[in-house]
Amino acid sequence: MEIEVILNHKPVTLTAEKDEFLADVLRRHGLLSIRKGCNTACCGLCTVWLEGKPTLSCNILAIRATGKEIITIEGIAEEADEFANILVAEGAEQCGFCSPGFIMTVIAMKKELENPSEAEIVHYLTGNLCRCTGYMGQLRAVKTYLEVK
Amino acid sequence: MFTLLDLMQPSTIDEAYQLLMAKRNNTVLGGCAFLRLGSSRIGTGIELSKLPLDYIMEQEDYIEIGAMTTFRELETSTVLKQYFNGILPQAVSNIIGVQFRNVVTVGASVFSRYGFSDLITALLTLDTEVELYKGGRMPLAEFLVKKYEKDLLTRVFIKKEQRIASYQNMRNSASDFPLVNVAVSCYQNQWRIVAGATPAPAKIAKRASLLLEKNLAIDDAADLAVEELVFGSNARATAEYRKAICKVLIKRGIEEVLQWR
Repeated sequence: MEIEVILNHKPVTLTAEKDEFLADVLRRHGLLSIRKGCNTACCGLCTVWLEGKPTLSCNILAIRATGKEIITIEGIAEEADEFANILVAEGAEQCGFCSPGFIMTVIAMKKELENPSEAEIVHYLTGNLCRCTGYMGQLRAVKTYLEVK
Repeated sequence: MFTLLDLMQPSTIDEAYQLLMAKRNNTVLGGCAFLRLGSSRIGTGIELSKLPLDYIMEQEDYIEIGAMTTFRELETSTVLKQYFNGILPQAVSNIIGVQFRNVVTVGASVFSRYGFSDLITALLTLDTEVELYKGGRMPLAEFLVKKYEKDLLTRVFIKKEQRIASYQNMRNSASDFPLVNVAVSCYQNQWRIVAGATPAPAKIAKRASLLLEKNLAIDDAADLAVEELVFGSNARATAEYRKAICKVLIKRGIEEVLQWR
């Protein structure tokens, strides 16, 4: 079947099987920033924004995106770059496999929460797994990025 | 992963129900989070996002929640934060992560009567009713013990009242499944103690709730509650462990309600 969406600010027709999930369809479309780390909706690596909301693309049936706006990290390259540089500066980047999903969640958080506390930041980012680090580097980077203490 | 032979997006609830009943293996697709972990072969998958069922609406006597409302919408709802000490936003707030809660739906969770559900436990301590397209409107407690029948859950209604409520749970880590969960509430000295993830679906501890009404003996009520509830073992925890933890959570729940009263 064919699905009309707005993908990274452009109208696009995606081809998908009826029981296919969005992550697979987007990867086939060439958006290789989308990783399926767990494929059981636990790790956050496949995060995209669907109508502006951070969403696990491995867990959204492709048809559900019909007519909706999808943003992947490729669609917000500049914003993502800004935070990625902070991540690197804090030494929070190792293998980088989880970074696209994590960055999409961090930027969504910046748009959604106003001046969050550390507890609110941790709560929002829970469910984004990183197997290289201990999360402290990420937390420092997020705080620098949000300009909160 | 499940397989779909066909996929339909009905535009009316009646159409969705007709599709559901047309063949035995036709299935409603909620958020799909649980469904996708299995390997069922589904005839026609019925996808409901074209139906106007994604809303939380404050009515005069009830808060009405559409079946396609996501957990994240429950969590951030300004209406739900105002009622019952925010028990509903709190109960769903530890389920995996924000991106997951933006996907999973109220209707699918309640209709499926998941034993691990945080939401059902919290809803059951409130005066909650569910509406089924064929089965009609009934109290949640009645729905949870009713024999399973194919139907379409359309809306959840929560009676607006000055009920004080507390949610307690034990997890191995913040975003994991609950090992056991508890909701306690009180309205006009009528108490309702609920335990879920036992690991069976949530149940009201009726005798313990009545005991509290007559005599505010917290320890006795917690003891009685874990005697009348049934606990089971699975890979997450043993029955004995759940029972011991549940007792503590019930005490904490009662104490919290008393603090707020």
